Amino acid sequence: MSRVTLRNVWRTYGEQVVLERLNLVVEAGEFVTIVGASGCGKTTFLRMLLGQETPSRGLLLLDGTPLAAEPGPERGIVFQRYSVFPHLTVQDNVLLALELARAPLLGRLFGRARRAAREQAAAMLDAVGLGAFATRYPAALSGGQQQRLAIAQSLVNAPRVLLLDEPFGALDPGIRADMHALIRQVWKASGVTVFMITHDLPEAFALGTRVLVFDKPRVDPQAPQAYGATITYDIPLRGRGPVAVPAELVRKLTPVAEAPAHA
Amino acid sequence: MPRLVNRHPDRISRLLLGLLPFLLVLAVYLLASAERLAANPNDKLLPGFAAFGAAIWRMAALPSERSGELLLWADTMASLARLAWGLGISAAIGLVVGIVNGVIPLARAGLSPFVAGLSLIPPMAVLPILFIVFGLGEVSKVALIVIGIAPVIVRDLQARALELPVELIVKAQTLGANTWTLILRVVLPQLLPRLLDALRLSLGGAWLFLIAAEAIAASEGLGYRIFLVRRYLAMDVILPYVAWITLLAFAIDWALRLLSRRAFPWFAASAGGGR
Repeated sequence: MSRVTLRNVWRTYGEQVVLERLNLVVEAGEFVTIVGASGCGKTTFLRMLLGQETPSRGLLLLDGTPLAAEPGPERGIVFQRYSVFPHLTVQDNVLLALELARAPLLGRLFGRARRAAREQAAAMLDAVGLGAFATRYPAALSGGQQQRLAIAQSLVNAPRVLLLDEPFGALDPGIRADMHALIRQVWKASGVTVFMITHDLPEAFALGTRVLVFDKPRVDPQAPQAYGATITYDIPLRGRGPVAVPAELVRKLTPVAEAPAHA
Repeated sequence: MPRLVNRHPDRISRLLLGLLPFLLVLAVYLLASAERLAANPNDKLLPGFAAFGAAIWRMAALPSERSGELLLWADTMASLARLAWGLGISAAIGLVVGIVNGVIPLARAGLSPFVAGLSLIPPMAVLPILFIVFGLGEVSKVALIVIGIAPVIVRDLQARALELPVELIVKAQTLGANTWTLILRVVLPQLLPRLLDALRLSLGGAWLFLIAAEAIAASEGLGYRIFLVRRYLAMDVILPYVAWITLLAFAIDWALRLLSRRAFPWFAASAGGGR
Protein backbone atom coordinates (compact mmCIF):
# COMPACT_ATOMS: atom_id res chain seq x y z
CA MET A 1 0.00 0.00 0.00
CA SER A 2 0.95 3.60 -0.70
CA ARG A 3 4.17 2.87 -2.48
CA VAL A 4 5.50 5.87 -4.40
CA THR A 5 7.43 5.22 -7.60
CA LEU A 6 9.27 7.68 -9.84
CA ARG A 7 10.43 6.48 -13.25
CA ASN A 8 12.85 8.80 -15.03
CA VAL A 9 10.98 11.94 -13.96
CA TRP A 10 12.07 15.31 -15.39
CA ARG A 11 10.78 18.78 -14.73
CA THR A 12 11.75 21.53 -17.16
CA TYR A 13 10.59 25.09 -17.71
CA GLY A 14 11.31 25.82 -21.37
CA GLU A 15 15.09 25.54 -21.75
CA GLN A 16 15.68 25.37 -18.03
CA VAL A 17 16.07 21.89 -16.54
CA VAL A 18 15.13 21.93 -12.85
CA LEU A 19 15.00 18.22 -12.08
CA GLU A 20 16.31 15.37 -14.19
CA ARG A 21 16.53 11.58 -14.15
CA LEU A 22 14.65 11.01 -10.91
CA ASN A 23 14.29 7.29 -10.21
CA LEU A 24 12.97 6.26 -6.86
CA VAL A 25 10.88 3.65 -5.12
CA VAL A 26 9.56 4.55 -1.67
CA GLU A 27 7.85 1.79 0.26
CA ALA A 28 4.71 2.32 2.28
CA GLY A 29 5.33 3.74 5.74
CA GLU A 30 8.78 5.15 5.02
CA PHE A 31 9.74 8.55 6.42
CA VAL A 32 11.72 10.22 3.67
CA THR A 33 13.55 13.44 4.49
CA ILE A 34 14.82 15.63 1.67
CA VAL A 35 17.75 18.00 1.94
CA GLY A 36 19.71 20.04 -0.55
CA ALA A 37 20.92 23.52 -1.37
CA SER A 38 18.41 26.30 -2.07
CA GLY A 39 17.14 26.27 -5.64
CA CYS A 40 17.97 22.61 -6.26
CA GLY A 41 14.43 21.53 -6.90
CA LYS A 42 13.36 20.14 -3.50
CA THR A 43 10.21 22.22 -3.50
CA THR A 44 9.52 21.45 -7.17
CA PHE A 45 9.82 17.75 -6.30
CA LEU A 46 7.32 18.11 -3.45
CA ARG A 47 4.95 20.15 -5.64
CA MET A 48 4.98 17.33 -8.18
CA LEU A 49 4.15 14.80 -5.46
CA LEU A 50 1.38 17.16 -4.34
CA GLY A 51 -0.06 17.58 -7.82
CA GLN A 52 0.52 21.33 -7.96
CA GLU A 53 2.94 20.63 -10.82
CA THR A 54 3.18 17.79 -13.28
CA PRO A 55 6.35 16.04 -14.47
CA SER A 56 7.54 17.19 -17.89
CA ARG A 57 8.66 13.64 -18.61
CA GLY A 58 8.50 10.31 -16.85
CA LEU A 59 6.05 8.60 -14.56
CA LEU A 60 4.96 9.42 -11.03
CA LEU A 61 3.05 6.50 -9.54
CA LEU A 62 1.18 5.93 -6.29
CA ASP A 63 0.58 2.20 -5.78
CA GLY A 64 1.15 1.64 -9.46
CA THR A 65 -1.30 4.21 -10.81
CA PRO A 66 -0.26 7.67 -12.03
CA LEU A 67 -0.87 10.46 -9.54
CA ALA A 68 -3.73 12.84 -10.33
CA ALA A 69 -2.44 16.13 -11.76
CA GLU A 70 -4.18 18.17 -9.07
CA PRO A 71 -4.10 18.11 -5.27
CA GLY A 72 -6.42 15.51 -3.79
CA PRO A 73 -7.38 13.75 -0.57
CA GLU A 74 -4.90 10.88 -0.99
CA ARG A 75 -2.06 13.33 -0.26
CA GLY A 76 -1.93 15.54 2.84
CA ILE A 77 0.25 18.64 3.04
CA VAL A 78 1.67 20.84 5.79
CA PHE A 79 3.30 24.05 4.56
CA GLN A 80 5.70 26.22 6.49
CA ARG A 81 3.06 28.99 6.65
CA TYR A 82 -0.62 29.48 5.80
CA SER A 83 -1.43 25.86 6.58
CA VAL A 84 -4.57 26.48 8.66
CA PHE A 85 -7.74 28.43 7.93
CA PRO A 86 -7.74 31.74 9.84
CA HIS A 87 -11.54 32.12 9.82
CA LEU A 88 -12.20 28.89 11.72
CA THR A 89 -11.53 27.95 15.32
CA VAL A 90 -9.11 25.16 16.07
CA GLN A 91 -11.84 22.51 16.33
CA ASP A 92 -13.63 23.82 13.24
CA ASN A 93 -10.38 23.64 11.27
CA VAL A 94 -10.22 19.89 11.90
CA LEU A 95 -13.98 19.51 11.53
CA LEU A 96 -13.77 21.25 8.14
CA ALA A 97 -11.38 18.56 6.92
CA LEU A 98 -13.96 15.89 7.78
CA GLU A 99 -16.84 17.90 6.33
CA LEU A 100 -15.05 18.58 3.04
CA ALA A 101 -14.25 14.90 2.69
CA ARG A 102 -17.73 13.65 3.57
CA ALA A 103 -20.13 16.32 2.25
CA PRO A 104 -19.35 17.07 -1.41
CA LEU A 105 -22.60 19.01 -1.90
CA LEU A 106 -22.60 21.57 0.91
CA GLY A 107 -19.27 21.03 2.62
CA ARG A 108 -21.22 20.75 5.87
CA LEU A 109 -22.38 17.86 8.02
CA PHE A 110 -25.58 17.86 10.05
CA GLY A 111 -27.12 15.90 12.89
CA ARG A 112 -25.59 12.58 13.80
CA ALA A 113 -22.89 12.73 11.13
CA ARG A 114 -21.81 16.12 12.48
CA ARG A 115 -21.69 14.89 16.06
CA ALA A 116 -19.57 11.92 15.04
CA ALA A 117 -17.22 14.19 13.11
CA ARG A 118 -16.93 16.56 16.08
CA GLU A 119 -15.94 13.69 18.34
CA GLN A 120 -13.38 12.50 15.85
CA ALA A 121 -11.97 16.04 15.52
CA ALA A 122 -11.76 16.39 19.30
CA ALA A 123 -9.89 13.08 19.57
CA MET A 124 -7.46 14.22 16.89
CA LEU A 125 -6.86 17.51 18.70
CA ASP A 126 -6.18 15.67 21.95
CA ALA A 127 -3.69 13.48 20.11
CA VAL A 128 -1.66 16.52 19.01
CA GLY A 129 -1.97 18.26 22.37
CA LEU A 130 -4.39 21.00 21.32
CA GLY A 131 -7.45 19.80 23.24
CA ALA A 132 -7.36 22.82 25.54
CA PHE A 133 -7.29 25.29 22.64
CA ALA A 134 -10.28 23.97 20.70
CA THR A 135 -12.28 27.20 20.67
CA ARG A 136 -9.41 29.56 19.82
CA TYR A 137 -8.76 31.08 16.42
CA PRO A 138 -5.39 30.25 14.81
CA ALA A 139 -4.22 33.86 15.18
CA ALA A 140 -4.25 33.30 18.95
CA LEU A 141 -1.96 30.24 18.68
CA SER A 142 1.83 30.14 18.73
CA GLY A 143 3.72 29.06 15.61
CA GLY A 144 4.25 25.57 17.01
CA GLN A 145 0.58 25.18 17.95
CA GLN A 146 -0.46 26.29 14.46
CA GLN A 147 1.72 23.57 12.95
CA ARG A 148 0.26 21.01 15.39
CA LEU A 149 -3.15 22.03 14.13
CA ALA A 150 -2.00 21.80 10.50
CA ILE A 151 -0.72 18.27 11.13
CA ALA A 152 -3.95 17.23 12.86
CA GLN A 153 -6.00 18.65 10.00
CA SER A 154 -3.88 16.90 7.36
CA LEU A 155 -4.01 13.51 9.05
CA VAL A 156 -7.63 13.35 10.18
CA ASN A 157 -8.75 12.02 6.79
CA ALA A 158 -5.97 9.41 6.81
CA PRO A 159 -4.18 10.33 3.56
CA ARG A 160 -1.89 7.75 2.00
CA VAL A 161 1.03 10.16 1.70
CA LEU A 162 1.87 13.10 3.98
CA LEU A 163 3.98 15.90 2.48
CA LEU A 164 5.78 18.32 4.78
CA ASP A 165 7.34 21.45 3.26
CA GLU A 166 9.81 22.72 5.88
CA PRO A 167 7.08 22.46 8.50
CA PHE A 168 9.31 23.44 11.41
CA GLY A 169 11.56 25.92 9.59
CA ALA A 170 10.07 28.95 11.32
CA LEU A 171 10.01 27.52 14.85
CA ASP A 172 12.34 27.97 17.82
CA PRO A 173 14.79 25.11 18.48
CA GLY A 174 13.04 24.07 21.72
CA ILE A 175 9.63 23.92 20.06
CA ARG A 176 11.18 21.99 17.19
CA ALA A 177 12.20 19.16 19.48
CA ASP A 178 8.60 18.85 20.70
CA MET A 179 7.36 18.86 17.12
CA HIS A 180 9.84 16.11 16.20
CA ALA A 181 8.44 13.95 18.97
CA LEU A 182 4.90 14.69 17.76
CA ILE A 183 5.52 13.96 14.09
CA ARG A 184 7.36 10.74 14.93
CA GLN A 185 4.45 9.67 17.10
CA VAL A 186 1.70 10.40 14.56
CA TRP A 187 3.75 8.81 11.78
CA LYS A 188 4.16 5.61 13.81
CA ALA A 189 0.50 5.59 14.80
CA SER A 190 -0.88 6.15 11.30
CA GLY A 191 1.67 4.31 9.19
CA VAL A 192 1.45 7.07 6.57
CA THR A 193 4.26 7.51 4.05
CA VAL A 194 6.01 10.82 4.77
CA PHE A 195 8.05 13.11 2.54
CA MET A 196 9.59 16.01 4.44
CA ILE A 197 11.73 18.84 3.12
CA THR A 198 14.07 20.39 5.63
CA HIS A 199 17.05 22.73 5.72
CA ASP A 200 18.23 21.20 8.94
CA LEU A 201 20.60 18.24 8.40
CA PRO A 202 20.46 16.88 11.96
CA GLU A 203 16.65 17.06 11.73
CA ALA A 204 16.73 15.10 8.46
CA PHE A 205 18.92 12.39 9.96
CA ALA A 206 17.06 12.27 13.28
CA LEU A 207 13.57 11.88 11.81
CA GLY A 208 13.97 10.06 8.52
CA THR A 209 14.15 6.37 7.76
CA ARG A 210 15.75 7.49 4.53
CA VAL A 211 17.49 10.72 3.53
CA LEU A 212 17.46 12.01 -0.05
CA VAL A 213 20.00 14.65 -1.03
CA PHE A 214 19.22 16.80 -4.06
CA ASP A 215 22.11 18.40 -5.92
CA LYS A 216 23.30 19.30 -9.40
CA PRO A 217 25.88 16.70 -10.38
CA ARG A 218 26.63 18.38 -13.70
CA VAL A 219 27.15 22.09 -14.27
CA ASP A 220 27.87 23.74 -17.60
CA PRO A 221 29.31 27.21 -16.84
CA GLN A 222 28.28 28.42 -20.32
CA ALA A 223 24.69 27.26 -19.87
CA PRO A 224 23.79 26.95 -16.19
CA GLN A 225 20.20 26.05 -17.06
CA ALA A 226 21.19 23.07 -19.23
CA TYR A 227 21.45 20.52 -16.41
CA GLY A 228 19.10 20.08 -13.49
CA ALA A 229 19.35 18.64 -10.01
CA THR A 230 18.77 15.03 -9.18
CA ILE A 231 19.03 12.69 -6.20
CA THR A 232 22.77 12.48 -5.52
CA TYR A 233 22.61 10.55 -2.25
CA ASP A 234 19.97 8.10 -1.11
CA ILE A 235 20.86 7.12 2.45
CA PRO A 236 18.83 4.41 4.18
CA LEU A 237 18.79 4.82 7.97
CA ARG A 238 16.27 2.36 9.26
CA GLY A 239 17.62 -0.46 11.37
CA ARG A 240 21.09 0.96 11.68
CA GLY A 241 20.50 2.88 14.85
CA PRO A 242 21.58 6.50 15.12
CA VAL A 243 23.63 7.51 12.11
CA ALA A 244 26.12 10.35 12.16
CA VAL A 245 25.65 12.97 9.48
CA PRO A 246 28.33 12.34 6.82
CA ALA A 247 30.99 15.04 7.02
CA GLU A 248 30.90 15.63 3.28
CA LEU A 249 27.22 16.53 3.42
CA VAL A 250 27.75 18.89 6.32
CA ARG A 251 30.48 20.65 4.37
CA LYS A 252 28.31 20.93 1.26
CA LEU A 253 25.14 22.08 2.93
CA THR A 254 26.22 24.09 5.95
CA PRO A 255 26.19 27.53 4.28
CA VAL A 256 22.63 26.81 3.22
CA ALA A 257 21.54 25.61 6.62
CA GLU A 258 22.67 28.90 8.10
CA ALA A 259 21.17 31.12 5.42
CA PRO A 260 17.60 32.38 5.91
CA ALA A 261 15.20 29.71 4.76
CA HIS A 262 13.78 30.70 1.39
CA ALA A 263 13.22 27.68 -0.74
CA MET B 1 12.39 70.19 24.14
CA PRO B 2 11.93 67.00 22.08
CA ARG B 3 11.71 67.28 18.34
CA LEU B 4 8.21 67.65 16.86
CA VAL B 5 8.32 64.16 15.36
CA ASN B 6 8.72 62.74 18.86
CA ARG B 7 5.99 64.69 20.62
CA HIS B 8 2.81 62.66 20.97
CA PRO B 9 -0.43 64.15 22.34
CA ASP B 10 -2.09 62.39 25.27
CA ARG B 11 -5.75 61.38 25.11
CA ILE B 12 -7.25 64.68 26.21
CA SER B 13 -5.09 66.88 24.03
CA ARG B 14 -5.75 64.57 21.09
CA LEU B 15 -9.48 65.01 21.63
CA LEU B 16 -9.14 68.79 21.93
CA LEU B 17 -6.88 69.00 18.88
CA GLY B 18 -9.39 66.93 16.94
CA LEU B 19 -12.25 69.22 17.93
CA LEU B 20 -10.33 72.39 17.16
CA PRO B 21 -10.87 72.56 13.36
CA PHE B 22 -14.62 71.92 13.80
CA LEU B 23 -14.90 74.69 16.39
CA LEU B 24 -12.85 77.05 14.22
CA VAL B 25 -15.10 76.53 11.20
CA LEU B 26 -18.17 76.97 13.38
CA ALA B 27 -16.79 80.21 14.87
CA VAL B 28 -15.93 81.62 11.47
CA TYR B 29 -19.43 80.77 10.24
CA LEU B 30 -21.12 82.35 13.28
CA LEU B 31 -19.06 85.54 12.97
CA ALA B 32 -19.77 85.90 9.27
CA SER B 33 -23.45 85.11 9.79
CA ALA B 34 -23.80 87.64 12.61
CA GLU B 35 -22.15 90.31 10.48
CA ARG B 36 -24.44 89.73 7.51
CA LEU B 37 -27.55 89.53 9.72
CA ALA B 38 -26.56 92.83 11.35
CA ALA B 39 -26.52 94.46 7.94
CA ASN B 40 -29.70 92.70 6.72
CA PRO B 41 -31.93 90.74 9.17
CA ASN B 42 -33.54 88.92 6.19
CA ASP B 43 -30.23 87.63 4.78
CA LYS B 44 -30.70 84.13 3.34
CA LEU B 45 -27.10 83.24 2.56
CA LEU B 46 -25.67 82.68 6.04
CA PRO B 47 -28.65 82.12 8.37
CA GLY B 48 -28.14 82.07 12.12
CA PHE B 49 -28.86 79.17 14.43
CA ALA B 50 -32.35 80.42 15.21
CA ALA B 51 -33.19 80.15 11.51
CA PHE B 52 -31.69 76.63 11.38
CA GLY B 53 -33.74 75.58 14.40
CA ALA B 54 -36.94 76.91 12.84
CA ALA B 55 -36.20 75.21 9.49
CA ILE B 56 -35.36 71.87 11.12
CA TRP B 57 -38.57 72.07 13.20
CA ARG B 58 -40.57 72.87 10.10
CA MET B 59 -39.08 70.01 8.08
CA ALA B 60 -38.97 67.38 10.81
CA ALA B 61 -42.01 68.02 13.01
CA LEU B 62 -44.68 69.89 11.04
CA PRO B 63 -46.66 68.09 8.32
CA SER B 64 -46.08 69.52 4.87
CA GLU B 65 -48.96 71.74 3.70
CA ARG B 66 -49.06 70.02 0.34
CA SER B 67 -48.62 66.31 1.16
CA GLY B 68 -49.19 66.16 4.91
CA GLU B 69 -45.88 64.31 5.31
CA LEU B 70 -43.05 65.10 7.69
CA LEU B 71 -40.65 66.00 4.91
CA LEU B 72 -37.28 65.31 6.57
CA TRP B 73 -38.33 61.78 7.55
CA ALA B 74 -40.06 61.05 4.24
CA ASP B 75 -36.94 62.24 2.38
CA THR B 76 -34.66 60.22 4.64
CA MET B 77 -36.67 57.03 4.22
CA ALA B 78 -36.82 57.43 0.44
CA SER B 79 -33.09 58.05 0.16
CA LEU B 80 -32.05 55.31 2.57
CA ALA B 81 -34.28 52.79 0.76
CA ARG B 82 -32.62 53.62 -2.56
CA LEU B 83 -29.18 53.49 -0.95
CA ALA B 84 -29.90 50.14 0.70
CA TRP B 85 -31.13 48.61 -2.55
CA GLY B 86 -28.12 49.99 -4.42
CA LEU B 87 -25.61 48.79 -1.83
CA GLY B 88 -27.32 45.42 -1.40
CA ILE B 89 -27.47 44.63 -5.10
CA SER B 90 -23.89 45.85 -5.59
CA ALA B 91 -22.68 43.71 -2.70
CA ALA B 92 -24.41 40.62 -4.11
CA ILE B 93 -22.98 41.20 -7.58
CA GLY B 94 -19.57 42.01 -6.14
CA LEU B 95 -19.50 38.89 -4.01
CA VAL B 96 -20.61 36.48 -6.72
CA VAL B 97 -18.62 37.87 -9.65
CA GLY B 98 -15.62 38.79 -7.49
CA ILE B 99 -15.33 35.28 -6.02
CA VAL B 100 -15.93 33.51 -9.33
CA ASN B 101 -13.33 35.73 -11.03
CA GLY B 102 -10.89 35.34 -8.17
CA VAL B 103 -11.11 31.58 -7.82
CA ILE B 104 -11.85 30.20 -11.30
CA PRO B 105 -9.15 31.08 -13.85
CA LEU B 106 -11.43 30.34 -16.83
CA ALA B 107 -14.07 32.76 -15.54
CA ARG B 108 -11.41 35.37 -14.80
CA ALA B 109 -10.04 35.13 -18.34
CA GLY B 110 -13.52 35.70 -19.71
CA LEU B 111 -14.95 38.28 -17.34
CA SER B 112 -12.11 40.25 -15.80
CA PRO B 113 -11.32 42.47 -18.82
CA PHE B 114 -15.04 43.09 -19.31
CA VAL B 115 -15.49 44.21 -15.70
CA ALA B 116 -12.39 46.39 -15.95
CA GLY B 117 -13.81 48.04 -19.08
CA LEU B 118 -17.22 48.44 -17.48
CA SER B 119 -15.75 50.12 -14.43
CA LEU B 120 -14.18 52.79 -16.64
CA ILE B 121 -17.54 54.05 -17.96
CA PRO B 122 -18.36 57.28 -16.11
CA PRO B 123 -21.67 56.30 -14.44
CA MET B 124 -23.13 59.81 -14.75
CA ALA B 125 -22.72 59.57 -18.52
CA VAL B 126 -25.13 56.62 -18.66
CA LEU B 127 -27.73 58.26 -16.39
CA PRO B 128 -29.74 59.53 -19.38
CA ILE B 129 -29.76 55.97 -20.75
CA LEU B 130 -31.05 54.70 -17.41
CA PHE B 131 -33.82 57.27 -17.38
CA ILE B 132 -34.78 56.32 -20.92
CA VAL B 133 -34.68 52.57 -20.25
CA PHE B 134 -36.01 52.39 -16.70
CA GLY B 135 -38.11 55.53 -16.61
CA LEU B 136 -37.93 58.18 -13.91
CA GLY B 137 -38.92 55.87 -11.03
CA GLU B 138 -36.94 54.12 -8.34
CA VAL B 139 -35.26 51.59 -10.63
CA SER B 140 -33.13 54.13 -12.51
CA LYS B 141 -31.80 55.64 -9.27
CA VAL B 142 -30.90 52.26 -7.80
CA ALA B 143 -29.41 51.24 -11.15
CA LEU B 144 -27.15 54.31 -11.16
CA ILE B 145 -25.78 53.40 -7.72
CA VAL B 146 -25.22 49.80 -8.83
CA ILE B 147 -23.50 50.82 -12.06
CA GLY B 148 -21.36 53.25 -10.11
CA ILE B 149 -20.10 51.02 -7.33
CA ALA B 150 -20.64 47.35 -8.29
CA PRO B 151 -17.65 47.20 -10.71
CA VAL B 152 -15.41 48.67 -8.03
CA ILE B 153 -16.56 46.09 -5.48
CA VAL B 154 -16.19 43.27 -8.02
CA ARG B 155 -12.62 44.28 -8.79
CA ASP B 156 -11.77 44.73 -5.13
CA LEU B 157 -13.13 41.33 -4.10
CA GLN B 158 -11.47 39.66 -7.05
CA ALA B 159 -8.16 41.13 -5.90
CA ARG B 160 -8.83 40.07 -2.30
CA ALA B 161 -9.71 36.53 -3.43
CA LEU B 162 -6.47 36.36 -5.42
CA GLU B 163 -4.61 37.52 -2.32
CA LEU B 164 -5.71 34.50 -0.33
CA PRO B 165 -2.57 32.38 0.10
CA VAL B 166 -2.44 29.67 -2.55
CA GLU B 167 -1.42 27.31 0.27
CA LEU B 168 -4.94 27.53 1.69
CA ILE B 169 -6.53 26.74 -1.67
CA VAL B 170 -4.22 23.74 -2.16
CA LYS B 171 -4.71 22.60 1.43
CA ALA B 172 -8.49 22.60 1.06
CA GLN B 173 -8.17 20.41 -2.04
CA THR B 174 -6.01 17.91 -0.18
CA LEU B 175 -8.77 17.77 2.43
CA GLY B 176 -11.26 16.72 -0.23
CA ALA B 177 -12.80 20.02 -1.34
CA ASN B 178 -14.24 20.38 -4.83
CA THR B 179 -14.49 23.80 -6.49
CA TRP B 180 -17.94 24.46 -5.04
CA THR B 181 -17.19 23.46 -1.44
CA LEU B 182 -13.86 25.27 -1.68
CA ILE B 183 -15.73 28.48 -2.48
CA LEU B 184 -18.45 27.80 0.08
CA ARG B 185 -16.31 26.90 3.08
CA VAL B 186 -12.93 28.52 2.45
CA VAL B 187 -13.17 31.50 0.09
CA LEU B 188 -16.61 32.96 0.83
CA PRO B 189 -16.28 33.18 4.64
CA GLN B 190 -12.87 34.79 4.30
CA LEU B 191 -14.16 37.37 1.83
CA LEU B 192 -17.25 38.47 3.80
CA PRO B 193 -15.34 40.86 6.11
CA ARG B 194 -13.47 42.13 3.09
CA LEU B 195 -16.83 42.77 1.41
CA LEU B 196 -17.80 44.96 4.36
CA ASP B 197 -14.54 46.87 3.92
CA ALA B 198 -15.27 47.32 0.22
CA LEU B 199 -18.80 48.53 1.01
CA ARG B 200 -17.46 51.09 3.48
CA LEU B 201 -15.09 52.42 0.84
CA SER B 202 -17.92 52.55 -1.72
CA LEU B 203 -20.28 54.49 0.53
CA GLY B 204 -19.03 57.89 -0.63
CA GLY B 205 -19.60 56.98 -4.25
CA ALA B 206 -23.02 55.52 -3.49
CA TRP B 207 -24.17 58.77 -1.84
CA LEU B 208 -22.78 60.78 -4.73
CA PHE B 209 -24.73 58.79 -7.31
CA LEU B 210 -27.85 58.76 -5.16
CA ILE B 211 -27.96 62.52 -4.74
CA ALA B 212 -27.11 63.12 -8.38
CA ALA B 213 -29.97 60.87 -9.51
CA GLU B 214 -32.38 62.47 -7.03
CA ALA B 215 -31.36 65.96 -8.08
CA ILE B 216 -32.27 65.24 -11.67
CA ALA B 217 -35.53 63.34 -11.37
CA ALA B 218 -37.36 62.56 -8.13
CA SER B 219 -40.33 63.67 -6.08
CA GLU B 220 -38.80 63.01 -2.68
CA GLY B 221 -35.40 62.26 -1.19
CA LEU B 222 -32.62 64.15 0.54
CA GLY B 223 -30.90 65.09 -2.71
CA TYR B 224 -34.21 66.10 -4.31
CA ARG B 225 -35.02 68.42 -1.38
CA ILE B 226 -31.67 70.16 -1.43
CA PHE B 227 -31.91 70.87 -5.12
CA LEU B 228 -35.56 71.91 -4.82
CA VAL B 229 -35.08 74.51 -2.10
CA ARG B 230 -31.94 75.81 -3.82
CA ARG B 231 -34.35 77.78 -6.02
CA TYR B 232 -35.33 79.83 -2.97
CA LEU B 233 -31.78 80.21 -1.66
CA ALA B 234 -33.03 78.32 1.40
CA MET B 235 -29.67 77.83 3.08
CA ASP B 236 -31.51 77.32 6.38
CA VAL B 237 -32.77 73.99 4.94
CA ILE B 238 -29.80 73.04 2.77
CA LEU B 239 -27.13 73.23 5.46
CA PRO B 240 -29.00 71.08 8.03
CA TYR B 241 -29.76 68.56 5.25
CA VAL B 242 -26.07 68.38 4.35
CA ALA B 243 -25.18 67.90 8.02
CA TRP B 244 -27.88 65.19 8.30
CA ILE B 245 -26.57 63.35 5.23
CA THR B 246 -23.06 63.49 6.66
CA LEU B 247 -24.32 62.10 9.95
CA LEU B 248 -26.17 59.27 8.17
CA ALA B 249 -23.07 58.41 6.15
CA PHE B 250 -21.00 58.35 9.32
CA ALA B 251 -23.56 56.16 11.10
CA ILE B 252 -23.66 53.63 8.24
CA ASP B 253 -19.88 53.48 8.11
CA TRP B 254 -19.72 52.98 11.87
CA ALA B 255 -22.40 50.29 11.78
CA LEU B 256 -20.55 48.37 9.04
CA ARG B 257 -17.32 48.57 11.03
CA LEU B 258 -19.07 47.34 14.16
CA LEU B 259 -20.68 44.50 12.22
CA SER B 260 -17.30 43.48 10.83
CA ARG B 261 -15.74 43.41 14.30
CA ARG B 262 -18.62 41.51 15.87
CA ALA B 263 -19.33 39.02 13.11
CA PHE B 264 -15.72 38.28 12.12
CA PRO B 265 -13.59 38.45 15.26
CA TRP B 266 -10.89 36.38 13.55
CA PHE B 267 -10.45 39.03 10.83
CA ALA B 268 -9.05 41.80 13.00
CA ALA B 269 -6.71 39.31 14.69
CA SER B 270 -5.31 37.64 11.57
CA ALA B 271 -2.98 39.04 8.96
CA GLY B 272 -5.89 39.90 6.67
CA GLY B 273 -7.20 42.47 9.13
CA GLY B 274 -3.87 44.22 9.44
CA ARG B 275 -4.65 46.59 6.62
